[in-house]
Amino acid sequence: MSFTLSPERERELAEILTRYPTKMAACIPALHLCQEQHGYIDDDVIQWVANRLDLSPAHVKGVVTFYTLFNKKKVGKHQIWVCRTLPCALRGANDLLAYCEKRLGIKEGETTPDGKITLRTAECLASCGTAPMMQVDKDYYENLTPAEVDKILDRLQRD
Amino acid sequence: MLKQTNYLTKVYGLPEGWTLPVYEREAKGYQAARKVLTTMSPAEVVNEAKKANIRGRGGAGFPMGVKWSFMRPHPTKPAYLVINADEGEPGTHKDRTLMELNPHAVIEGCIIGCYAIGAHTAYIYVRDELHLSKARLWGAIKEAKAKGYLGKAPFGKDYPVDVIVHTGAGAYICGEETSLLNSLEGRRGEPRLKPPFPAQAGAFGCPTTVNNLETIATVPTAFLLGCEEFSKLSSIHHLNDGGVRLFGVNGHVKKPGVYECAVGLTLRELIYDLGGGLIDDKPLHSVIPGGSSTPVLRADEIVNAPDEKNPLHPWHGKSVLDVPMGVDTFRNMGTMLGTCCATVMAEGTDPVACFHNLMRFYRFESCGQCTPCREGSGWLFRIAEKLMEGTCTMEELNSLHDIANGIMGNTICAFGEGTAMPALGYIKKFRKEFEAYVRGERRGADAKLTVKPWGEA
Ligand SMILES: Cc1cc2nc3c(=O)[nH]c(=O)nc-3n(C[C@H](O)[C@H](O)[C@H](O)COP(=O)(O)O)c2cc1C
Ligand code: SF4
Ligand code: FES
Repeated sequence: MSFTLSPERERELAEILTRYPTKMAACIPALHLCQEQHGYIDDDVIQWVANRLDLSPAHVKGVVTFYTLFNKKKVGKHQIWVCRTLPCALRGANDLLAYCEKRLGIKEGETTPDGKITLRTAECLASCGTAPMMQVDKDYYENLTPAEVDKILDRLQRD
Repeated sequence: MLKQTNYLTKVYGLPEGWTLPVYEREAKGYQAARKVLTTMSPAEVVNEAKKANIRGRGGAGFPMGVKWSFMRPHPTKPAYLVINADEGEPGTHKDRTLMELNPHAVIEGCIIGCYAIGAHTAYIYVRDELHLSKARLWGAIKEAKAKGYLGKAPFGKDYPVDVIVHTGAGAYICGEETSLLNSLEGRRGEPRLKPPFPAQAGAFGCPTTVNNLETIATVPTAFLLGCEEFSKLSSIHHLNDGGVRLFGVNGHVKKPGVYECAVGLTLRELIYDLGGGLIDDKPLHSVIPGGSSTPVLRADEIVNAPDEKNPLHPWHGKSVLDVPMGVDTFRNMGTMLGTCCATVMAEGTDPVACFHNLMRFYRFESCGQCTPCREGSGWLFRIAEKLMEGTCTMEELNSLHDIANGIMGNTICAFGEGTAMPALGYIKKFRKEFEAYVRGERRGADAKLTVKPWGEA
């Protein structure tokens, strides 16, 4: 089925286009809007963005594949990113990741069977002073302890 | 010299500290921009800015005023100011605090910067993950527009300025300025060959200045105090490294965080006075001074600068921990000040495991355009893997030097050096530990990165 952006998001995109001298510059913001609505970027989305911004599908596909935050396939309702770069690792990021894996029963990169949670790793998220940390959807959770992780995971699993 | 200040951080922690009324009331907000736009010419602003000796806060430490002076009006094309808030260098956590807690300093800096370089639009490129930062910046833009500080005629001056927040989509390399410009234009974030430099052909092919977010947020303070006075706050003002800046500290310290101080603070002061010393009062093992691309320093390193002309000479024979943290002082120590956010490791930390963690990062983040970087970062990581697995030979260990040297100077962007330099630093300074892995005397399974297990108080 072909993709179309919802009217509110289409209005937002029209506003975004006024910010730049070229249509191409709206490519990444447009893809973010599409992903918000659709959850991931498939060929239909790529075709839609290409048409809307007068770009070739190859250009849009090139952009999608370059950036790690564009999902190329379906992900869970919630996404967890555990930062594992050195400053976080010095404060227990590896243990934090292992703890999440054990509690969720999945490995890094996987989604729980009920489709609720995708667990991923991230590289430095600019939160090294409050490590260890993880990002859950749009929010940062910092200075994490096992008890806090339990609370977060309980909430996500209930949702 | 430990001199804590609170120019950039005055509103940190105040209720609604990120809003315009608090910024105006507590930090003399927008007085500098008003003065600049209503009483100075752009050329005067650039000349004055040079006196502030603000060294770029994004990593390379280029003097901000000099960079501004490269901008020449183009007969047909507009100019742009682009602010780098990609903050992705491992160990760096300072720009985010400004965006979240003092976004108006960023906006006010953009107004002054645009005026100085002849731009009417500033794009702030924020990494996508920082949702609160983006929201706070947009909020500040809205408030400043409502007041008439931004828009068609800021402070009544017929010089329109607009500020726009743009976001990436997750890629460390987009912090490199030409990659960032490609990303802003809606392309893959692959760095561009230089020349042309951004001042000639930057965003959308137009003359562009790229400043780090902290760099631009520092501008209002400099103009409020007078740029020369501002520069003199630094104890190494004579080395053209002026003013105040944000110092981050993370890793094995008791009080990790971001602290504002006069330039010239030492690592010892950052780690022990501000960072509260090491967890469990452990001895210091090593420190990465300013983001993972800056070569590591050992706790026992001594400055060797017998030559009187060397800017480091006054510290000859002293511990590297007692050298003022400056762009040129640290470069002369064979490392870099980088982003001025230090990562601290306690005794007991395994340097080979640190190396392994960092090489994984660079392997993953190389954009892949240049063969030496793409292949070299892969080789470095594979050898790091073999070290941890216990299958690395002495020959392979020795080849690390050749691989890293093969990257240096042979790539489109400085990511290559940013990978090779820390790799060489680790191998050179912890050779014994690397060899112990090859000989099977140390094992990856026993390698420790934490002082105590996570969750243990
Ligand atoms: C691989 C790489 C990553 C970089 N990442 C950042 C970054 O996240 N933020 C930043 O401000 N500068 C970063 N830089 C430096 C920029 O290229 C550029 O020098 C800087 O934005 C200029 O601003 P400044 O002169 O105010 O420091 C990076 C450079 C390289 C080579
Ligand atoms: S040095 Fe590495 S990151 Fe930079 S352009 Fe070349 S391949 Fe890309
Ligand atoms: S290393 Fe995890 S936030 Fe920087």
